Amino acid sequence: MDLEAAVGPEVNAMSTANVIEAHDIRKVYKMGEVEVEALRGVSFTIKRGEIVAIMGPSGSGKSTLMNTLGCLDRPSGGEYILDGEAVASLNDDQLADIRNRKVGFVFQSFNLLSRQTAITNVELPLRYGSMTEGRRQRAIDALKAVGLEDRMTHRPYELSGGQQQRVAIARAIVNNPAIIMADEPTGNLDSKVGKEIMNLLLNLNKEKGTTLIIVTHDPTIAEQTQRIIRLRDGLLDGTA
Amino acid sequence: MTLGQAFIEALESLSGNKLRSGLTVLGIVIGVAAVIAMLAVGNGAQASITGSISGIGTNLLFVFRGARGANSTEIRNPKPLTLSDANAIADPFAAPSVQAVAPALQSNLEVVYGKERTTTDVTGATPIFFTVRNLTLAEGDSLTEEQVLSRASVAVLGPDTADKLFGHHDGIVGETIRIAGQPFRVIGVLVAKGGGAFGSQDDQIVIPLSTAQTRLIRRSTPNQIDIIFAQAISADAVISASDQITQILQQRHRTPIGENDFTVFSQQDFLSTASTITGVLTIFLGGIAGISLLVGGIGIMNIMLVSVTERTREIGLRKALGARRRDILIQFLTESSMLSLIGGIIGILFGWLISFAVGQIAAARGTAFTPIVGLNAIALATIFSAAVGLFFGIYPANRAAGLEPVEALRYE
Repeated sequence: MDLEAAVGPEVNAMSTANVIEAHDIRKVYKMGEVEVEALRGVSFTIKRGEIVAIMGPSGSGKSTLMNTLGCLDRPSGGEYILDGEAVASLNDDQLADIRNRKVGFVFQSFNLLSRQTAITNVELPLRYGSMTEGRRQRAIDALKAVGLEDRMTHRPYELSGGQQQRVAIARAIVNNPAIIMADEPTGNLDSKVGKEIMNLLLNLNKEKGTTLIIVTHDPTIAEQTQRIIRLRDGLLDGTA
Repeated sequence: MTLGQAFIEALESLSGNKLRSGLTVLGIVIGVAAVIAMLAVGNGAQASITGSISGIGTNLLFVFRGARGANSTEIRNPKPLTLSDANAIADPFAAPSVQAVAPALQSNLEVVYGKERTTTDVTGATPIFFTVRNLTLAEGDSLTEEQVLSRASVAVLGPDTADKLFGHHDGIVGETIRIAGQPFRVIGVLVAKGGGAFGSQDDQIVIPLSTAQTRLIRRSTPNQIDIIFAQAISADAVISASDQITQILQQRHRTPIGENDFTVFSQQDFLSTASTITGVLTIFLGGIAGISLLVGGIGIMNIMLVSVTERTREIGLRKALGARRRDILIQFLTESSMLSLIGGIIGILFGWLISFAVGQIAAARGTAFTPIVGLNAIALATIFSAAVGLFFGIYPANRAAGLEPVEALRYE
């Protein structure tokens, strides 16, 4: 198997425990003539069910790492294994499929489709998947899990910021992904609502065991995670 | 994502910006309506013209002086047609396919009754002219042989001519009109044949040939005539009649082969000439209408490009959630095709209405002209508008599908 050849048998044996295995991940951007190295060889693993924060000052490669871990982008070099699948060599459509099945995104600005109801928004990932039946029920279950069963037919502009983010979280979990990538999930919310959202995410982790990766620069958020991955100038700054 | 879902999503998305979608659809509506209406007008014109040419009579032949037609060379000093030519053609042994021959002189002359004056075609003819041209009398009498022999000053009026002079076309037999200053007694009025696109047989005056020769329409050569109308024994005999007439006149005029100084024209020749002209007209009108459809298509492309730019984040989000290139492509192509399809359907109805209105206006003005909305025109417009939507949607859709999710999500 590719996996064995690339990372060796001892890693493969661990792959059931590790949902993310990153080996020497590099990412180079071309800015016109100049090449910018956003990631310069980052290696770490994240265990299944773990809650991890990714922190770092702006320009540290934090966003690039998040995009790579979320399979939105391919690394320029190194090996990335997500839930047992080597991602670095996949094409665009295969990446889309991986994102659909294994990654749930929660964005700072919610990113809901403004004209669609909450339930349609939650259903969206299922539409791009292979599932043809029972979508509606899955979406309803996901909305119940985030406590929005009485707001299912509301549109985003009829919901508060906290409720919108709950819809986004329901959308992220509806496909039972291996990891949830949350990019500053409380960044657009006041501290009280932000706390509620954090508690919701932590509870989902506790109940479903979904791996939670939170990109943040807020230390109080990071404190609630089990581990912090710090980045500086495209390299790991030690794991706390 | 199935096509049905794509269809519903496209509908939701388009209805999200009704004004913009409406205006874009309007471009296609105008284009398709123009194509439908123009093709209908073209087809209607064709039908009207061929109809009125057929009304002349399917077995009628015209003989003119001089070479005419598409592939004839110019002949110097063509000999005029004479009464003797007409008599030779009338010989049943020389031209067995010819049933009847009517020589005629024709000129455009001023006609006066009281204070009313008009200008119309005056034909000097023999009694058989009415048979050959298939003219019947609404009231009064046709010309007689005696009137021709005695050079009588009598005239048969077309109904339109009568209307122009008298304001009505009944009860005018016995009145006296002046043609080019000379008095003529009205002896009959023709039955209205309806205005055709090919000259009106309702606006003419028929007088005895001899009277015309001596008093109104003088020609340089004695017994010269302008045109010979010949009737073939049947529609099938038109070609053989044409050949026989050609042979007779070639002998009489002593023309070298290929340099005939006369032209035999059949109704089929008129038909083919007319349908060539109307065919070109239809293509021309349709082409102009097609340009407006093209402009409508560019409108779709424009709006779709704007839409792709506006929805960059949405595209990024969809891609992050697992939409493949194909899914985004289908989404935007569905939207653009739907715009053009809705425009196409409304446009067909609208074009139909326009054609109907044109027909009503023509009827109100007394022209028998009915635009024909053909199934082929509808099929053409539907296929063309759908193709326009697809074609002009491909570029914007491709652009959307090719967006990098990371870039698209970051777009503000």
